[in-house]
Amino acid sequence: MPHSSLFAKSPPRPSARVIGAGVAGLTAAFELARRGAEVELIERGESPGRGCSFYAGGMLAPWCEGESAEPLIVRLGQEALTYWTQTIPVAKRAGSLVVAPARDKPELARFARRTSAHEAIESDSITVLEPDLAGRFDRALFFAQEAHLDPRAAVAELGRRLAAMPNVTLRFGSATAPNRNVDWSLDCRGLAARDALPDLRGVKGEMLVLETHEIALSRPVRLLHPRWPIYIVPRGSGRFMLGATMIENERAGHVTARSAMELLNAAYALHPAFAEAEIVEFGSDLRPAFPDNLPRIRKNGRTLYINGLFRHGFLLAPALARMAAEIVFANAVFPEVMDADQRERQTV
Amino acid sequence: MQDAREDSWQVYGTTLSSRLLVGTAQYPSPKILSDAIRASEAEIVTVSLRRESGGSGAGQTFWSLIRELGVRVLPNTAGCHTVKEAVTTAEMAREVFDTPWVKLEVISDDDTLAPDVIGLVEAARILSRDGFQVFPYTTEDLGIAGKLIEAGCEILMPWGAPIGSGRGLNNPYGLRAMRAHFADVPLVVDAGIGTPSHAAAAMELGYDAILLNTAIAKAGDPVVMARAFARSVEAGRLARLADPMEPRDMAAPSTPVIGRAFTAA
Repeated sequence: MPHSSLFAKSPPRPSARVIGAGVAGLTAAFELARRGAEVELIERGESPGRGCSFYAGGMLAPWCEGESAEPLIVRLGQEALTYWTQTIPVAKRAGSLVVAPARDKPELARFARRTSAHEAIESDSITVLEPDLAGRFDRALFFAQEAHLDPRAAVAELGRRLAAMPNVTLRFGSATAPNRNVDWSLDCRGLAARDALPDLRGVKGEMLVLETHEIALSRPVRLLHPRWPIYIVPRGSGRFMLGATMIENERAGHVTARSAMELLNAAYALHPAFAEAEIVEFGSDLRPAFPDNLPRIRKNGRTLYINGLFRHGFLLAPALARMAAEIVFANAVFPEVMDADQRERQTV
Repeated sequence: MQDAREDSWQVYGTTLSSRLLVGTAQYPSPKILSDAIRASEAEIVTVSLRRESGGSGAGQTFWSLIRELGVRVLPNTAGCHTVKEAVTTAEMAREVFDTPWVKLEVISDDDTLAPDVIGLVEAARILSRDGFQVFPYTTEDLGIAGKLIEAGCEILMPWGAPIGSGRGLNNPYGLRAMRAHFADVPLVVDAGIGTPSHAAAAMELGYDAILLNTAIAKAGDPVVMARAFARSVEAGRLARLADPMEPRDMAAPSTPVIGRAFTAA
C-alpha cells in the first residue's frame, strides 16, 4: 500500500523539561533524549552533579546493599551494572570485598546470610585479589559481579554526552524554567523538591578522600563493624574515597570531629598505611529519602517527581530513568516505585 | 495472684502497661522503625540526642516521625564519657523533648561500652537535684545500686550483657540478687538482650521490664522480631505471676508408674 507509508505518522517526539542535573536528572534526560524526546535540562548550579551526587561513593553493589536494603534495591540496582559499563562506560567491574576485623567476625556471618551472589574466601584468595591486604584478614566475602565508578567522572561523561545531542538544551546556572510549554516535566531536584514532596527528609552523609601511594586496592572494600561499617573505594592515582556516615540530621555542609575520627579509624583498621595518607578532602551533604528509604517516581498530571534515591543514587538512577522514559513514551506503570507506600502495598 | 489483665508497673508516678522499652537507632528506615515500634507495643522509646540532632533545625523530620508514634520519649545520653557531657546532653534533651526523664549513660570506654558507675552516681546526683527523673544504665553491682537510689533514682537499669552484644543475661545470679535486694524498686534489664528467650528469662527473674534496641533493629525482619519480643516479655511476665514450679533433680512422672495396665515386656 503506497499511501500507507505516505501517511504513516512518525512516532511522536515528546518534549520534556528535566529539572536538576544530579545523577537522577542526568540519567533521565539522557534516557529521554536517546529515545528521541526534545529535552531541556535545567540546573541551578554551574555544572552537573554538584549536589549530593558529588559526594557519592560510586559503589555499584546491589547485592551488598541487600544486607540492609529491601529486595527492590537489589533488583533495580542490577540494571546499573550494564548501564555504567556499556551505555555510559565509566565503571570498573572488579567485584567488591567485604572484610571484618577478627573480633567482629559474627558480622561477616550475618552479612553473608542476608546477601546473595557472594563467595566466602580465605586468606590466600584475599591476597590474590588484593595483595596489599595480605595477612590482614583471614576471611572475606567476594561479590564478583559488582562494580565501582568515580561519580564525578560519571556525571561529567553524561554531561558531555548530553551536550553533544542535537535534541538536548542544557541550561546551567538557572533556577527558573523558561515560559515555554512542554509535554512533560521531570522534577529531579533531590532534597530541594521538599516544597512538593513533604515526606522527603535529608539523611546526612560524610565522606573523605585520602591520597597515598603506599597501598593499592583494585576494588571497593567494606569493613564491617557493629557500630560504624565503612567502605573504601579506590579512585585511581593513589586516591581513596572513604564513606559514609548515615545520620538522621538535616544540617549539611560540615563534618564532625567524631565522624572524621570514625572514618580515619576504619581506614587505619583496614591498613595502617592509611595513617600516612594525605587528607585531600572532607565532604558532607544530605541524601534525599522517603520514610521507607525507597525511591519513588510520583506522577502528578504530566509531572514526574523522581526522588528518594537515598544512598543509592548511582545504583538506582539507570533503572528509574528507564522507567521514567517508559512512562513518557508508553504511559507505562510501575507500581513498585509509583505507589505512595511500597511496603503497605506489599502487605495488602 | 495479681490479675494479669490489670498488670501494670509504675515509674516516677507514671503507670505503664507495656513492659518492653525500645531504642530507635540503627533501623533500616524510619518506616521500618515506626512499624517495629508499633509491633513491639512499647509505650516508651529511647532516643539518642548526641549523634542524631544536636542543634536547631537538625533532624526535624526524624523527630516528628517519632512524635507521630504517640509514645513516651525517654531521651538518653548514649555515647557520653564524662559527667559533664552527660549532664549537658540531658539538659539539651529536656529542652528538645520537653520531659524530665533521662536515661543516664556514662560510658567508661568505647570498646566495652561498660558503664562508668562512679561517674554515673555523680551525674545522677546532679541531675536529680536539678529536677530530672533519672533512669540509670548501670551494672548489677548492689553497692552502686544503693548509691544510685540515695542519689535520687527511683528506678535501676542493670545490664544483661554489654551494649549491642546480644549475649543475654551474663550474670543471672547477680540479677536475681538485685531483684531480691531491691524488692520495691522498678528494675529494668537494659542492654545485652539478643533473643526473645533472653527477655523472657529476665522477666521470669522478676524484672519489671526490658529495654533493648539492637536485637530488634538489626534483625533480618525488625517488625516480626518486635512482635516476638512483645510476646516473650508478656510470656515471661505471666510466668512470673503464675509462680513457676521448682526444678528438681529427679524425674517426677506426671502419671503414676505403678499399676499401669500395660508394661514393656
